[in-house]
Amino acid sequence: MAKKFLSGNEAFAEGIRLAKPLVISAYPITPQTTVVERLSEMVADGSLKSEFIHVESEHSALSCAIGASAVGARTFTATSSQGLLYMAECLTYAAGGRFPIVMMNANRSTALPWNIYGDQRDSISQLDSGWIQAYAENAQESLDLALMSYYIAENIKVSTPFMTNLDGFVLTHTYEVVDVPDEEQADAFLPPFKTDNKIDFDNPKNMAFSAGPEQNTVFKYNEHMGIMNAKDVIKEAEKKFADIFGREYTGLIETYNTEDADYIIITLGSVAGLVKEAADRLREDGVKAGVIRIRYLRPFPNEETAEAVKNAKGVAVLEKDISFGNEGTVYTNVNSALRKNNVNIPTSNYIGGLGGKNISCREIENIYRNLENNIYGIHFLGIGEQ
Amino acid sequence: MIEILWHGRGGQGAFTAAKLLGAAYSAKDGNYSIAFPSFGPERRGAPVRAFTKLDSRRIGDRSEIEKADYVIYLDDTLFSDSFDELKENGKIIINTKKHFDDKRIIAADADAMANEIIGRPITNTVMLGILAGVSKITDYENIAEAIRGYMPEKLHEKNIKAAVAAFESVSGVSK
Repeated sequence: MAKKFLSGNEAFAEGIRLAKPLVISAYPITPQTTVVERLSEMVADGSLKSEFIHVESEHSALSCAIGASAVGARTFTATSSQGLLYMAECLTYAAGGRFPIVMMNANRSTALPWNIYGDQRDSISQLDSGWIQAYAENAQESLDLALMSYYIAENIKVSTPFMTNLDGFVLTHTYEVVDVPDEEQADAFLPPFKTDNKIDFDNPKNMAFSAGPEQNTVFKYNEHMGIMNAKDVIKEAEKKFADIFGREYTGLIETYNTEDADYIIITLGSVAGLVKEAADRLREDGVKAGVIRIRYLRPFPNEETAEAVKNAKGVAVLEKDISFGNEGTVYTNVNSALRKNNVNIPTSNYIGGLGGKNISCREIENIYRNLENNIYGIHFLGIGEQ
Repeated sequence: MIEILWHGRGGQGAFTAAKLLGAAYSAKDGNYSIAFPSFGPERRGAPVRAFTKLDSRRIGDRSEIEKADYVIYLDDTLFSDSFDELKENGKIIINTKKHFDDKRIIAADADAMANEIIGRPITNTVMLGILAGVSKITDYENIAEAIRGYMPEKLHEKNIKAAVAAFESVSGVSK
């Protein structure tokens, strides 16, 4: 293990180096660029033995990855924002074809207005494309998810592509201390990719076919069950990861002081660090504040979230997303989780950080204060009185 | 938490200094740091800012520093007699040939030191050495290690020499 001072993108690239994909295909886009730059340097200096394919668009980047996965190669791609949207057609091909491709998405706003800074509207708009979606809080978790993503995606019961999301700039371009595992440890954790879902002249089969109305639902059901099966495989991966690397992760959600909490903020991504600090401050003032960080949006932590908030007096969902004409999509998902599990407590939605707008500690403290004062509803942070 | 705000112009290495400080500080177990530039398009010569936060616990607040313990100017044309970014008891360190009659300001001719040792007026590692010498945030051994870890190899020798000389010039501690 080596201690290094790395950005989120660099840490992710180190994780991918250790996962040894045979094919990387990518098209650069801010703020994803430095992860593929770093990987191309690794391929050039021989520290990563991989075919690096420079493509002419994101649509081609994922098409290439699908082709490579279809011959049994471990593959990687990365994108962001408009790039992810341009890739959208291929996202469902990868998922429906059950190709366990790993992608890093640098979360960034979508146009218009044109904006290169971070929010999560790009990936959240693709929640229904059939990909596992994980969200990292810091550079260490980014590296660790890069390794774990292949373990989870390639499990035969899962066989689903995996998108890990890093908040643009605040995570992708911020440097912090990261433990980089040794190659031997990484090899012990992650075996080489083996699959029967490939073009094989000795065992010819029909792949990437059509399925009419009679069969289609069964395929979609199986696709759904693949992601649902990831719940157990995520636990298995994290246990093995802790045994080898000594770092523990907590599955679909991370809870912070929720056991006795009256008021809980549910959030995701790198802002969770600040929410925990705000909750600590409020605890000093005698407010029982807790935090839930959603680590996986798909599969969605329905039971886990409901269980963690069931004794609270009020819950707020803080997210960098808005489904125009409705509310934040994470909020919709959380409310559904509570309803299904008969947890009847008031909930509130805070839309913040759009287009990279800073979310301050004071704003987060106000969210807790609003819960305490029974102020509920859907609020936008940072635009003044609404 | 100790917060350091760096001002420079594109090409002067403000972010490199911010990053080296973070790496040097967090080399010690139990120390945490984050470092980041002002995000967005980069242009040579345009004003840039960079940020380093240091603490004994994990740092959750990734937002830009509003009030710093140390505000550092690699270029004195960027300093406009403003102390708005400074915490109470904070210090401003400026690379300048001018004299300032203010206890809050430490003026150093880093250009001269960089010209003499590095051969070019690139002052980021000199200013890092001065900051470390004044603040005792980290020592010159950790700075030398960070330079070896995160700068291109051909720059190691001169920059380590420059940082150590700058450190000694203000700290009273000799290597």
